[in-house]
Amino acid sequence: MFYREAGDFKTSYKDDSQTFPIKFDRMRYYLVLIAAFAVVPFVINDYWVNAVFLPFLIYSIAAIGLNILVGYCGQVSLGTGGFMAVGAYACYKLMTGFPEVSILIHIILAGGITAGVCLLFGLPSLRIKGFYLAVATLAAQFFLVWMFNRVSWFYNYSASGQITAPETTVMGVAVTGPATEPWAAYLFCLVFCVACALLARNLTRGMAGRKWMAIRDMDIAAEIIGVNPLKAKLSAFAISGFFVGIAGALFFAVYLGAVEVGEAFGIQKSFLVLFMVIIGGLGSIFGSFAGAAFLVLLPVLLKNTLVGGLGWPTDLAAHLEFMIVGGLIVLFLIAEPHGLAQLWRVAKEKLRLWPFPH
Amino acid sequence: MKMKLFGAAMAAVMAAGPALADLKIVDTSYRTGPYAANGIPFSDGYQDYFTLLNERDGGIGGEMVNLVECETGYNTEKGVECYEATKGDDSLVYQPLSTGITYQLIPKATADGIPLHTMGYGRTSAKNGKVFEWVFNYPANYWDGASHAITHILNENNGDISGKTIALVYHNSAYGKEPIRTLEELSKKHGFNLTLLPVDHPGQEQKSQWLQIRREQPDNVIMWGWGVMNQVAIQEAVNIRYPMENFIGIWWSGSENDVKAAGDRANGYKALTFHNLGSDYPIYADIQKYVVDAGKAAGAGDQVGTVLYNRGMYAAMLAAEAIKTAQEIHGTSAITPAMMRDGMENLSMTEEKMAALGLPNFGPEFDVSCENHGGNGFGAVSQWNAEAGEFVLITDYYQSDQEVIQALVAEDSQAFAAENGIEMRCQ
Repeated sequence: MFYREAGDFKTSYKDDSQTFPIKFDRMRYYLVLIAAFAVVPFVINDYWVNAVFLPFLIYSIAAIGLNILVGYCGQVSLGTGGFMAVGAYACYKLMTGFPEVSILIHIILAGGITAGVCLLFGLPSLRIKGFYLAVATLAAQFFLVWMFNRVSWFYNYSASGQITAPETTVMGVAVTGPATEPWAAYLFCLVFCVACALLARNLTRGMAGRKWMAIRDMDIAAEIIGVNPLKAKLSAFAISGFFVGIAGALFFAVYLGAVEVGEAFGIQKSFLVLFMVIIGGLGSIFGSFAGAAFLVLLPVLLKNTLVGGLGWPTDLAAHLEFMIVGGLIVLFLIAEPHGLAQLWRVAKEKLRLWPFPH
Repeated sequence: MKMKLFGAAMAAVMAAGPALADLKIVDTSYRTGPYAANGIPFSDGYQDYFTLLNERDGGIGGEMVNLVECETGYNTEKGVECYEATKGDDSLVYQPLSTGITYQLIPKATADGIPLHTMGYGRTSAKNGKVFEWVFNYPANYWDGASHAITHILNENNGDISGKTIALVYHNSAYGKEPIRTLEELSKKHGFNLTLLPVDHPGQEQKSQWLQIRREQPDNVIMWGWGVMNQVAIQEAVNIRYPMENFIGIWWSGSENDVKAAGDRANGYKALTFHNLGSDYPIYADIQKYVVDAGKAAGAGDQVGTVLYNRGMYAAMLAAEAIKTAQEIHGTSAITPAMMRDGMENLSMTEEKMAALGLPNFGPEFDVSCENHGGNGFGAVSQWNAEAGEFVLITDYYQSDQEVIQALVAEDSQAFAAENGIEMRCQ
């Protein structure tokens, strides 16, 4: 009724190829953006920022990064945790080495450094594929965590091996360190998240994205039609690494403030982000957000419902939480193997015909 | 879908209920995950002591204790979530029982003005109250522990351990790395060789480390382990027939859970402690009567009297004593976190106090002051008796090497102060 193309005339190619061709979708998108930038910062407190919004935004960036690699280019990676650690430690070294430079630049540089490291570990992808590549990236995960634990230069020789983010400001407002206001941390991450999503969206529907998808769907055919697998695969690794590095830097500097590599960036982080991508939907930017929301918000929601709402013992709630989240993952993947993004797509198709489907 | 979740979560938070004007104590426990075996008894002891005060005495100074539990799973992200969820309504003190979460919370709690008590763990240099206003780690810290172990080895070798080899098997994290600096200093001072053997989280795989110990045969092994790592290490030590009396664990590696799995051959394993063991104290009769028999025990109620239960109870007792001190100083029973901090800073544990509480000779005597947030660094050595199934104290409380440790504390805390632009207090 209200969700259809009819009557929404496009008179230029630019209009024709926009991300949200349906007016209702566009409005909804602008509404979400306005709410996120202009409403949420005024109503949130410490709890909402630290337990809900920051993890959601940061994991979304990581999921977008991994989705480019796994979902768009078809290269399986289990090294996300290690690459996030590269972003975090790069950011830490930059923050402590060049305290006069803005944190914004540090985080982007940290993304760049991670892109380089990711590219390096992407080199085996030129010779090996599938499960074998997954194992090779797993080696990256273990190597990087081991290195950050072992080489004390990375944590400035501190006795505990922990890295702690010093206080930094953007335009006079603290964004890292203990004195950060919740809205500042939220807006800082939101800006990065929106910029990354826009960038990723536009990359994936341009030539680069089409090359990645060609490689994903059939690499030999792609090579025959003129896609250079070396460039396509390595660029996917580098760009994916850039996003993951930014996520790692934000995770350390803004969200946690102090991290320990084995605990914060262990193998379970790699799996968590991979699950986000799979549950959200491979090859979809919206899916990255949906997957991150599902795996970040659901445990918090369950905890608050079971412990806060129903007053159950915390251990019982924690165990049930694992079971419910696990069960839902299985259920979702059986009902819709292509993830939450596919559910959303189907819903949109249905909505187009509603209320007269015949 | 996102919006729906937010709405539902909001409703759930609202439904969590209004807080009452009580003394709010948060227990950030972990009853799940690889460290649960150690987290459960500590949390049970912590909660049962406050339950006892509520049931027997009607709270502390007439104010009931409102105990809020939050499950962290020993995970820093969940720990932060717990802290943010519970810090409102004047939470008096946090006892995170995790060095990783402690590092997270030190800046946050300092900014929010909530005291942190990291009893025998956390950041050692927080002992320097001039720099760390809101953090306390009395009665002993990791560097004290490292020194206790070395002193014990010294005493056994008639004061001479030069040329001997001591291996440190440690959890490869902030926690396990803490003692290294002290041990390095001590090795310079006493002339022993130090071998470092890191074990990665969670510590189920230690074959290569123990193979190295078997090959090199160090004279002593010191362990900094937690959770499942302890059990595995002690089992491996038994497997290579390492002499157990030369194997000393830090206080977090000395509970019944850690040694029982290894059977009789774990007999003789030593562990440090900063409080007394067993259940031969008058207070246990009260706990039995008011808490366990009344069906109000935390958890399954089967941990009473174990090492970590005692430690949790000791932590709760120190918190309760700090509350009493704060109530005396400020002349009000409903104290705020800032008053709680004053209470902790002026805490003085004496033998008379402990005896009056039904815990005679339970811990060392110590005083906290503005400069010294870490007590006097007394500890003792306990030994596992497999036949009786209990740890027994084999030494008196003795002080750590203050000369070495004070210098290290001053150095590390001053570096922290310089990094974070903190002005020295207590001038």
